[in-house]
Amino acid sequence: MLNERYLPVIATLLVFILLYGYGMVEYKGFRDTLVFTNLLTDNAFLIVTAVGMSFVIISGGIDLSVGSMIAFVGVLLAYLITGLGIHPVYAAIIALCTATFFGMIMGVIIAYFEIQPFIVTLAGLFLFRGLAYMINLNSVPIDHELLVTLSEIYVPLPGRGGLTFIAMAMLALLAIGVVVAKRTRFGLNVYAVGGDVQSAALMGVPVKSTLVRIYALSGLYSGAAGVIFAIYTGSAYPLAAVGVELDAIAAVVIGGTLLTGGVGFVFGAFLGALIQGIIQTLIIFDGSLNSWWTKVAIGALLLMFILMQKAIVHFTRRYSGKNPEPPEQPALEKVEST
Amino acid sequence: MTDVNQPPLLSIEHINKRFPGVRALNDVSLTFHAGEVHALLGENGAGKSTLIKVLTGIYTKDSGDMMLDGRNVHIRNSLDAQSNGIRTVYQEINLIPTMTVAENLTLLDQPRRFGMIRWRSAQSRAKEMLARVGLDIDPNSLLVSHSIAVQQMVAIARALGSKARLLILDEPTASLDSDEIARLFGLMRQLKEQGMAIIFVTHFLDQVYAISDTISVLRNGSHVGTFKTSNLSQTELVGHMLGKDLDMLQHDQRDVTEAEEKPVVLSLSQVGKTGMLKPVDLNLKQGEIVGLAGLLGSGRTELCELAYGSVRPDQGNKAWLGKLLPINTPKQAIEQGMAYCPEDRKHRGIIAELSVRENLILALQSSRGWWSRIPMAEQQAIVSEFIERLSIKTSDMEKPIGELSGGNQQKVILARWLVTNPTLLILDEPTRGIDVGAHHDILTIIRELCEEGMSLLVASSEVEEIVAFAHRVVVLRDRGKVSEIAGNQISQKSIIQAIAQ
Repeated sequence: MLNERYLPVIATLLVFILLYGYGMVEYKGFRDTLVFTNLLTDNAFLIVTAVGMSFVIISGGIDLSVGSMIAFVGVLLAYLITGLGIHPVYAAIIALCTATFFGMIMGVIIAYFEIQPFIVTLAGLFLFRGLAYMINLNSVPIDHELLVTLSEIYVPLPGRGGLTFIAMAMLALLAIGVVVAKRTRFGLNVYAVGGDVQSAALMGVPVKSTLVRIYALSGLYSGAAGVIFAIYTGSAYPLAAVGVELDAIAAVVIGGTLLTGGVGFVFGAFLGALIQGIIQTLIIFDGSLNSWWTKVAIGALLLMFILMQKAIVHFTRRYSGKNPEPPEQPALEKVEST
Repeated sequence: MTDVNQPPLLSIEHINKRFPGVRALNDVSLTFHAGEVHALLGENGAGKSTLIKVLTGIYTKDSGDMMLDGRNVHIRNSLDAQSNGIRTVYQEINLIPTMTVAENLTLLDQPRRFGMIRWRSAQSRAKEMLARVGLDIDPNSLLVSHSIAVQQMVAIARALGSKARLLILDEPTASLDSDEIARLFGLMRQLKEQGMAIIFVTHFLDQVYAISDTISVLRNGSHVGTFKTSNLSQTELVGHMLGKDLDMLQHDQRDVTEAEEKPVVLSLSQVGKTGMLKPVDLNLKQGEIVGLAGLLGSGRTELCELAYGSVRPDQGNKAWLGKLLPINTPKQAIEQGMAYCPEDRKHRGIIAELSVRENLILALQSSRGWWSRIPMAEQQAIVSEFIERLSIKTSDMEKPIGELSGGNQQKVILARWLVTNPTLLILDEPTRGIDVGAHHDILTIIRELCEEGMSLLVASSEVEEIVAFAHRVVVLRDRGKVSEIAGNQISQKSIIQAIAQ
């Protein structure tokens, strides 16, 4: 049976197919597999960030710190590899652990001190960006042959395209995210907390530890996005990935996840990020449009999807007895306003 | 029915629970047997919900023992309670609306292989759980796509789980219609047969008699008594709940001059709203006080709100001074000369940060319109007049009202409406939570206003109070009017009997 919670993600898939189809009809070059594999490679770090963000938003929260985390992890990697001469694999492990730890700390503050995620992760946004500057003020190359190799190897596909290491890592992280969300108790608890936190607590869901794990997971995924970004650019810069948190949120929302929590798909975030990428690609192919049109198109799409979500929420509310229409305003307040 | 040789399923002994300033549970001892439906009754603040929260581990008891099968147990959180077989279904359905039925039923206990949830077997388990409560719905459907009654059944199915032994139903029938209630009762009987102990909390006395074997009454945090349902009349039960010993009450004859042929100010004919109040007829004469009596949830507040128009009735007519008029919004009500002091003073009445003067002048200012500001001298004159007339105890009229005692806050709200000189004043629980002195003052004011020719509609949970001032008493039960008592028929005994009937 097709129930209404698949509607947003189906709408997203349709938009993606329409845009891709338009490109294939309009431009010859678009038909090559290279366009698709480049889409995967170029947007890998955004997709990975958005996968982590999906868990946060499904739980009803938000994580604004992910963009800064990407920059911080990049700068940290450069310091560990170039500065201290640590092997990139160990450096990446250290960086991922640090990112997870910072995410966990934010989760603890959100869960146990009951402070809004918006504020806590906003503090994280400033903090991690600041920490990145503490390590390094300038853009530096990360010199290591392993990184160069990783950014170059790929599995060739028919046509000119090829699945890069970055794309494969992203697909693996996406697959793990999808499985965790739908096939583990933790994943279901995330949906429960986002759906109705009081009910979840009464049903026995360990709300606080689930929240801590959600933000730790988002930290880990944005850390992984940082590693991917470092391999992709081969350099580290404290001002990298500014505003990526907003792109990630947009990807999650366009992917059909409700900002109110409880409803959404990790896979939707993948589609949402790809849609952003494809709009950019289309504008490049057009050649005459300014690249800022990407932002205009994404803004319009986001608005459209939010309105669609509102309609769906309204639709489901009507059948839910839990949210009857709010009681009439008490008499006194009404009088005052006349 | 119960095996005497077996230890009871659950017994609690000398349970105490204190909150700052309140003794929520005071030395409560109760016993629950397998195969028994045990009704837990009491008015608001009696301690029912505190007791349930102690049983389910949401609150920790201050002292006392809990024995399960004769063994001492400590229940620290809701998971503890669940592992001991104590499961609860709350009035508000506590499931996740955005998840499917199967996801809700198996949450936290999904069948897994290698750490991965196996949805196929989760679904067949969900089907079994649904079958146990006699539901045949698609486990993959979203919870919100079902009616409240079905959601309630799903909640029960989840609560039963695999090893539930004691099922607590906290007002499960509040939002169900009569067919759905019958279905729920059928299920409860079936579970009872299977040896489940059920604690049933409700405000509906008919349902208590329909389903329960044993009744325990709580009042002000204390255990009043436990009775076999078959041995307890409804009148006795209501007496226990309200704390009135019926034998001690006489028909205290009162000398009330019948409000003779005075004009009818407000007349309601068949006014009601589906799911809120059954249609009610009511005539309010000039210079008359009509009391609204009934237990919690009987529809007192609802009648006030419908009469005033703060909730729009969906049936019936209202007439004002003999003319049919639509009075469906507070604005229309105020234009005709009605005023309403709602029950929840803190949230609906006062604006705590504003001064006594500002709070008192609010209604008058709004009736004159915001463009004609009342001169300060006039405001001060009005305010000091009412401070004196109602003996409001405040050091200064510019003091924030939040700093006054509850009784004095209530007087300010009363004054706020009196300034506008209403024809009809509706008071919902005017004396809740105020001290004895202020209580007496307010009753005196009510009587004085009536003598001046004002009509009053007063809802109160204190029968004594209603007897003290009402010319006529409308008794409500289960969201409908059950009788009307007038003149010297009014006594605590007659009212309680009408409530219990």
